[in-house]
Amino acid sequence: MRISRLTNVEVCDKVKEEDLLLLNPIIEKYRNKKGNLIPILQGAQDIYGYLPEAAFRKISKDTGLRLSDMYGVATFYAQFRLSPVGKNIIKVCHGTACHVQNAKDLTKALEENLGVKDGETTEDSLFTLESVACLGCCSLAPVMMIGDETYGNLDGKSASKIIKKLKKVEAK
Amino acid sequence: MSKTKVIVGMGSCGIAAGANKTYSVLENIKVADSLDVDLSKTSCVGMCYKEPLVEIIDESGYYMYGGIDEKKAKEIIESHVVNKNPVKEYIVKSDKFETENDSYFNGQVKIALRNAGYMDPESITEAEERDAYDAIKKIGSEGIDGNTVIQTILDSGIRGRGGGGFPTGLKWKFAAREESKDKYIICNADEGDPGAFMDRSLLEGDPHAILEGMLIGAYAMGSNQGVIYCRAEYPLAIERLNIAIDQAREKGYLGKNASGIKGFDFDIYVKEGAGAFVCGEETALIASVEGERGMPRRRPPFPAVSGLWKKPTNINNVETLANIPYIVLNGADSYNKYGTEESKGTKVFALTGKIKNGGLVEVPMGISLRKIIFDLGGGIQDDKKFKAVQLGGPSGGCIPEELLDTSVDYDSVNSTGAIMGSGGMVVMDESTCMVDLAKFFLNFTQQESCGKCTFCRMGTKRMLEILTRITEGKGEHGDIEKLEELSGQIKDNSLCGLGQTAPNPVLTTLKYFRHEYEAHIYDKKCPAKVCEALLTYEIIADACTGCTLCARKCPVDAISGAKKEIHFIDQDLCIQCGACDDACNFDSILVY
Ligand SMILES: Cc1cc2nc3c(=O)[nH]c(=O)nc-3n(C[C@H](O)[C@H](O)[C@H](O)COP(=O)(O)O)c2cc1C
Ligand code: FES
Repeated sequence: MRISRLTNVEVCDKVKEEDLLLLNPIIEKYRNKKGNLIPILQGAQDIYGYLPEAAFRKISKDTGLRLSDMYGVATFYAQFRLSPVGKNIIKVCHGTACHVQNAKDLTKALEENLGVKDGETTEDSLFTLESVACLGCCSLAPVMMIGDETYGNLDGKSASKIIKKLKKVEAK
Repeated sequence: MSKTKVIVGMGSCGIAAGANKTYSVLENIKVADSLDVDLSKTSCVGMCYKEPLVEIIDESGYYMYGGIDEKKAKEIIESHVVNKNPVKEYIVKSDKFETENDSYFNGQVKIALRNAGYMDPESITEAEERDAYDAIKKIGSEGIDGNTVIQTILDSGIRGRGGGGFPTGLKWKFAAREESKDKYIICNADEGDPGAFMDRSLLEGDPHAILEGMLIGAYAMGSNQGVIYCRAEYPLAIERLNIAIDQAREKGYLGKNASGIKGFDFDIYVKEGAGAFVCGEETALIASVEGERGMPRRRPPFPAVSGLWKKPTNINNVETLANIPYIVLNGADSYNKYGTEESKGTKVFALTGKIKNGGLVEVPMGISLRKIIFDLGGGIQDDKKFKAVQLGGPSGGCIPEELLDTSVDYDSVNSTGAIMGSGGMVVMDESTCMVDLAKFFLNFTQQESCGKCTFCRMGTKRMLEILTRITEGKGEHGDIEKLEELSGQIKDNSLCGLGQTAPNPVLTTLKYFRHEYEAHIYDKKCPAKVCEALLTYEIIADACTGCTLCARKCPVDAISGAKKEIHFIDQDLCIQCGACDDACNFDSILVY
């Protein structure tokens, strides 16, 4: 069930008072518009990469949206995160086509390479490893996406290679 | 003489295969050598297995090149464009000669996909040259009234392509009947089936067809506002839709007196989804657009009576809408001449999995599964043995080899226990474990259940637990019966389609591949060698060179043997992780 994603949520807040001002344009744009809750949360997540508790409180104060409603929506949809993520989000596709073509191997290899489990972020905050359901490039299965870049026809080895390259770029 | 045209296929799939790099190489050469060619972009023509694709059209004919990376791009420019010498070995399609890929195109009838991959999706002029907005213009200039439009759609026989298969004309009639100042038409672009991409290709390749389909629907039903609910995982589709909407507004197709029809005010905006499969269900989708948790609600009232903001609302799938302009422009007969008695027209499928020619195909209804998989799709990768084809994603089922001659129409597919679905068609060979696949789908539906109905919420969880046990070698007598019992209960006691269909993947695999379940439960074996816990690893004495690599890799020290001597796996210690098999360079590990 969708609420189960709550179990490993660790609310951790590093957002400073002045950073919260970044929310003002979004709040202005959507204030008093019906159906505004999801676009506001999407906008907030675009700014911080996740939804900080302080952002919830500010949005609620400024728009009158109820905290409980916001939290309910944020925990329902897979898109929203309640804790910070790494600089590079690695989305490994586990849709049907990719599953049939051994997507499991990619996740296994990347877990080993990065030293984290699926869904976790590396200690240096550079990488977050995630599973997603179908990136729409099924004929290139198995597929993963890092940032806006999609990689297809992978196996454990080639996926690890891509990460190694990225690590080098990051080290520079 | 017209200029030579060079066109690069830039759908998401093409870009993932490297089309961006190919395009920039071509652009650089064009500039550096001041080549007099028209370089442009198009979207996906569906031939994903040959991506990246580059088309060259010159005075001598039409040529499509496949698998064009940066190096090959230079080569074809040099040879074909400069020296007028086509590079035959990379050509996958041409009007000059036959290629082995012709079977992929023959047998297809492109109606919904009529423009995708044949024009620049970001250019409204190119779209207009290919008849975009001609249907709505025809309605305006000939003064055709809404009821006549609906009658045409009814006559065409088209049924909803989102999975339900409800006659579109009838749906429009219900919404048209309601009296209301505000009425909504929503395009369902949530494409939730994991493993399908028909709608993405349409949105990316021919966004104006979707807008025109919505315009026609809005005119016929008297709607004044359109919403496209698109999943956030499709950034390119969203971008191209927004470009198309701006262009259509500028040209007056959308807005006040839309498309030049007096008194017809209609506009469209795109709403990004936030990632929830259940939001493909109509009432959940509406809740999501309203900014709430996407929980389905009881029907009636149906959305046609009380939908978005409690106003009459009609929801149609992307592919359904893409067909509408064609039907209105060319008449109902142009569509219903294809198909069977009860299932008219064509259907787009995303052909994926262990298939040679994976990609997007549009075929007339009534074609057999065998024809799609073996003629168009070219059969199974590495010439392995076909095992099953999955239709309808998490709501659908697996069809075995003995039913490959099933005709692709709603009734025939339903009679197998699978469903037509939205067009996902995942082909599997002998290396796919059917119990593992059923577990995969159950895991998906279990996670995506919104939690409202007890049977869907708890029942899918219990089924998943049983399936997990079976794949871990802890299956028990009575498990199959328990799965069947739970399936029945979940189907009967769920409010929406998610729960009502969630057991289908288990039921169809039980129906056609029961022996695989039994092998897991009673013999503790996985015939497809997928479920790790059920495998046995042994060293083939004749092949072992005693290199010690496996012993060093084994995480539990289960492998013994001195250097240059035959090694041995202690079955009591072995945890079936497969590390030895991955490590061995001499194929000396036997897995069974
Ligand atoms: C759980 C669930 C998920 C669905 N997902 C989609 C989807 O992703 N896309 C879609 O077009 N229809 C989906 N549908 C079907 C829609 O509810 C609806 O029937 C369809 O959009 C109507 O359009 P049509 O009549 O043109 O097919 C889904 C239904 C259910 C029950
Ligand atoms: S299943 Fe992986 S991209 Fe579609």
